[in-house]
Amino acid sequence: MHGIVTIIQWAQNLDMSIKEIQEEIVDEFSMFEDWMQRYEYMIELGKSLPMIKEQYKTDDNIIKGCQSKVWVHAELEGDKLVFTADSDAIITKGIIAILIRAFSNQKPKDIIEAETSFIDEIGLKEHLSPTRANGLVSMIKQLKLYAVAYQTQLN
Amino acid sequence: MIQTVLDILSIRKDFPILNRKVNGYPLVYLDNAATSQTPKKVIDAIVDYYSNYNANIHRGVHTLSQEATDVYEQARQKIQKHFNAAKSHEIIFTSGTTHGINLVANGFASFLEKGDEIIVSALEHHSNIVPWQMLCERTGAVLKVIPMNMEGKLIMEEYHKLLSHRTKLVFCNHVSNALGTINSIEEIITAAHNIGAAVLIDGAQAAPHIKADVQKLDVDFYVVSAHKMCGPTGVGMLYGKEEWLNKLPPYQGGGEMIAEVTFEKTTYADLPHKFEAGTPNICGGIAFGAALDYMNAIGFDAIAQYEHELLEYASKELLAIDGLKIYGDTKEKTAVISFNIEGLHPYDIGSILDKLGVAVRTGHHCAQPIMDFYKIPGTVRASFSFYNTKEEVDILVASVQRAKTMLS
Repeated sequence: MHGIVTIIQWAQNLDMSIKEIQEEIVDEFSMFEDWMQRYEYMIELGKSLPMIKEQYKTDDNIIKGCQSKVWVHAELEGDKLVFTADSDAIITKGIIAILIRAFSNQKPKDIIEAETSFIDEIGLKEHLSPTRANGLVSMIKQLKLYAVAYQTQLN
Repeated sequence: MIQTVLDILSIRKDFPILNRKVNGYPLVYLDNAATSQTPKKVIDAIVDYYSNYNANIHRGVHTLSQEATDVYEQARQKIQKHFNAAKSHEIIFTSGTTHGINLVANGFASFLEKGDEIIVSALEHHSNIVPWQMLCERTGAVLKVIPMNMEGKLIMEEYHKLLSHRTKLVFCNHVSNALGTINSIEEIITAAHNIGAAVLIDGAQAAPHIKADVQKLDVDFYVVSAHKMCGPTGVGMLYGKEEWLNKLPPYQGGGEMIAEVTFEKTTYADLPHKFEAGTPNICGGIAFGAALDYMNAIGFDAIAQYEHELLEYASKELLAIDGLKIYGDTKEKTAVISFNIEGLHPYDIGSILDKLGVAVRTGHHCAQPIMDFYKIPGTVRASFSFYNTKEEVDILVASVQRAKTMLS
């Protein structure tokens, strides 16, 4: 169980809805018996995070409210929004990787309307508190704000 | 081997919270520099107050009010005795250290002129930087900073160079919250007084470990928070020399702080009430007194000696971990260890430690200038109290090892 269970295939996401991807993530996490396995998996997920280009790692792209630094960049490819990101902390990298896996390569409208309750289901509920230092709430908000901005552009 | 002077196992029984589990593991509480835990005697004092004599103080003729007033004022006397203030009205109840600092900063606004200088140390908590910046903005005074060195100590030669006839105030913490460094406040106070400047010492981090004697220190102002020394949150004290407290204007207007009110003019009450507007945290003040009783019964010398043994043991064990670096490497420090592991983010380490039931603080500890000095995003800070054990140090070290393995 330790180590990598799934090598994430980002290409798959192209055909899946946000809800389907979230269900897939929940399925993967349900295999773990304890927090250590979940954390180890998150750390592995962090390593497969689609990396932000160095030129976008600017102070403007840092998400506020996180104890560690998190940079996120978004750009439109066709009618879909693609996210890249990085963080200086490994666990935070894992968390943003999970979010990006669910939300990247999706239409802005779908991102805006997406539910985020899957976070509870994968046992990361503790990270959802708005005062939590890693700022998971801020990350979700930022991804949705990008979607709102690009949706306006598409209209 | 720790030759303890205290019966730690019996002391631990005084703290109900130490029995709890966190994430399935026994709690190892090493965030004492943020807040200390509360012994049963203090909890009992709180329950007793609300169960038996909860009433507003200083103005009621009825029995409950008189009882509450008596116990509250007894608490003030306990604080006076503990810090060896000459007079009980030199002790002002506050909501905590930050409140005390702001009270003094606000008062000095009426004395300062453009071009006057305020000196702060590079080791300050944000709460001891921001009020002075605000004061400088209001008055045109200039903020000067005593620099620090890599060991985490203030460079005293530079301090002496900063002092001049323009210096009106010097502010420094007794102990650094981020690193645990004990500053040479005696030297700071004497040198400031030689040029006629006043000194405020932030004793928040010192008070749980060192019994400060304000008369011996000859300090003008000394501030602490009860919650760092086994008391409740939301209460603290400002000690001020009588002559200074008489000179400072009131901070807040309201009930309690007035002598006579008409729409034309209000005269202010005498000390300490001049600075205690509104209904105070009565229960908090009483519980603060109970906390001092509790700690004094154990004894500050014994506490300091035992905590120093814990510090030495923990430092040695942690430094055995490959790639671990401790910040603030002075001999004169309290039981605080601020550290990082090469290549790892403090937040990651803290998250794993929490999962293992070990409570530490991660981040910049409200002292960003210190982190900037070391060019690091933050540290993991383990801060010890007299109720911590050598076994808990072992759990911390094993947990840090485990986090390192998981994260590397």
